[in-house]
Amino acid sequence: METQTQTIKKEAKVATERMTGAEAVIRCLLAEGVDLIYGYPGGAIMPVYDELYKYQDKLSHILTRHEQGATHAAQGYARASGKVGVAIATSGPGATNFVTGIADAQIDSTPMVCITGQVGSHLLGSDAFQETDIIGISTPITKWNHQVTKAEDIPAVLAKAFYIAKSGRPGPVLVDITKDAQFGELDFEYAICKGVRSYKPVPETDPKSLEEASKLINEAKKPMIVFGQGVILGEAEKELISFIEKSGIPSAWTILGLSAVPTAHPLNVGMVGMHGNYGPNKLTNECDLLLAIGMRFDDRVTGNLETYAKQAKIVHFEIDPAEIDKNVKADVAVMGNVKNTLSQLLPLIAPKTHDLWLQEFRDYDTIEYDKVIKEELHPSKEALSMGEVLRGINEETKGDAIIVSDVGQHQMIACRYAEFTKSKSNVTSGGLGTMGFALPAAIGAKMGAPEREVVAIIGDGGYQMTIQELGTIFQTRVPVKIVVLNNDFLGMVRQWQQLFFDKRYASTEMVNPDFVTIAKGYHIEAKRVTKREDLQGAIAEMIASKEPYFLEVCVEKENNVFPMIPTGASVSDIRLS
Amino acid sequence: MKKENFTLSVYTENNIGLLNRISAIFLKRHINLDSMTASQSEIKNVFRFTIAVKVTEEQVKKIVLQIEKQIEVIKAFYHKEEEIIYQETALFKVDSKLLFEERQIQNVIKNSNANIVTVTPEFFVIEKTGRRREVEALYHKLEPYGLMQFVRSGRIAITKEKMDISTLLENFTEETV
Repeated sequence: METQTQTIKKEAKVATERMTGAEAVIRCLLAEGVDLIYGYPGGAIMPVYDELYKYQDKLSHILTRHEQGATHAAQGYARASGKVGVAIATSGPGATNFVTGIADAQIDSTPMVCITGQVGSHLLGSDAFQETDIIGISTPITKWNHQVTKAEDIPAVLAKAFYIAKSGRPGPVLVDITKDAQFGELDFEYAICKGVRSYKPVPETDPKSLEEASKLINEAKKPMIVFGQGVILGEAEKELISFIEKSGIPSAWTILGLSAVPTAHPLNVGMVGMHGNYGPNKLTNECDLLLAIGMRFDDRVTGNLETYAKQAKIVHFEIDPAEIDKNVKADVAVMGNVKNTLSQLLPLIAPKTHDLWLQEFRDYDTIEYDKVIKEELHPSKEALSMGEVLRGINEETKGDAIIVSDVGQHQMIACRYAEFTKSKSNVTSGGLGTMGFALPAAIGAKMGAPEREVVAIIGDGGYQMTIQELGTIFQTRVPVKIVVLNNDFLGMVRQWQQLFFDKRYASTEMVNPDFVTIAKGYHIEAKRVTKREDLQGAIAEMIASKEPYFLEVCVEKENNVFPMIPTGASVSDIRLS
Repeated sequence: MKKENFTLSVYTENNIGLLNRISAIFLKRHINLDSMTASQSEIKNVFRFTIAVKVTEEQVKKIVLQIEKQIEVIKAFYHKEEEIIYQETALFKVDSKLLFEERQIQNVIKNSNANIVTVTPEFFVIEKTGRRREVEALYHKLEPYGLMQFVRSGRIAITKEKMDISTLLENFTEETV
């Protein structure tokens, strides 16, 4: 019956092309402008892989060594390029290995389309080999997901998937395609999705909210900006910088907002949050106006909400209505894409400077420099510090590199000390805190921005969570630079154990393998540095290399990252030691 | 803020998985639902979930926004008790011999505005629609006689005021996927 109907359809529409669902998947990707995907084959996705073989001149497939690696690579690709990352895997364990990457992309708003194979539709619910309910599993961690059981549904579903992933507040979507839908035939026709009737990606901006915001801005004596990734996702960097410069407002960033404004900008006052800078955290509780631009008041940013910026009026520039008043109550909510709202706001504000107020930030900087930064960047001790490695990288890259960091102490050090001149340069797992993110994400970042230097900064713990992706680097020769800051500890957990658990170092000391030998086993040039006098030369050699390069730096074992806002404490209770 | 009874009206596309997506929002926040029903709404192919839950108003506001954020949710609302007309339906299965042996049971049925929907030689079924306390009052009256089965539906509710969904839905055109 079905074949009959399809034959009739084919006769009616001569413009369409007859093909299998599997081929349609590839053709949809090509129609969306995708030329690179990450994945791992397996039984239930084999028809699609068979088509990938045929289309390999148009669509590159990067074989990662684990499906989790494919998702993080797709994330890195998306974050560095601004395009949608695509990952593909088989059913069952292939699909479940996607879960961490999907959850990471969801909480960090990364546009990603994940395609999974599924057992034949007649087997659904029978506990067939490699059957798992990936729709059920991925529901709470996807922006949207959908199971396709008929070949003819593939084009419309994938079109919708791409539209949803990249529009509004971006996020991951998952499309699960049964094996019979891949084998089945359809008349292929592709139309880019332009809207979904139940979904409004960008809310309308109320002109009144802009007026109220501008009034507060023009009257404020001690205004402060905290910007987040919304600026980068909305490609609003220029608009933000114009706004900052005209208003003269000191501007701090969240970890995911980093690089939207050059780190050397005179009004850039550093990072807010748990390991952020002293000034912006302290002064959050002294400003009279807090402008939150494309950020979501994560608990790692706010510390104790009961004592967060209570004295200030709060204006929240946001694309997602569910973020308004979620954690911090806004006095004015400016809805919309920040690119539009900031450019509409610009003519409404008076040009100003806030020199005395800015000086307060700089005074705190001096305190922080003397108590923390100086020793971190120019240690007086014999042991190497993580900070001086970052300083060395800054010297070689001049702030032009994409820095991909993993999760832990090294991540905080990288975000605190890396210098940036360009946007989309800081790729890190912010919301989920996924150890193992950086190595595969760096692969994706380099492929997403091949003209740029990509340096992964990873701890010895996180590195071993996805170390198998060295195989992907070996096979593709993607020239990523990998720096492992090795302190033979799960350093951040150890720091907490030291500060809050009376130095009971439960399961945080690592007995590590010879990382250099492992890298060399993958034919990656590798070096280990243990002494200060060898550091800069090794970094220079790494950056100069046109090939993938691995650099292990053995650093101080029991160093702590400061400043620090202890959990549950107020931002103004930030500690310098 | 005090916990109150709230009723949510959620208009959605008729898609597999949406029930899961909506209930996951409560699960993530460790909130137990009093009831959830799903049915066709006044618009063809648009579904309406009615969810009853006891939370603070601050919580329900955030939950509604999270529900509305889901791609295939068209619109979500929350209502206080006084803003809606709401009902539940219960079915009671009772041994037929009680109708003759315990004559007062007939008065109980008559006085509670319940209907007998079926009678067989073995059992009869009483249907009662109303507020929760009315259903519960009948339950307590019948329970001493012995109930063979009892079941109660989730809450369904209609608002007194017009919801701004109506005009939105009128403009909806047919859409596939």
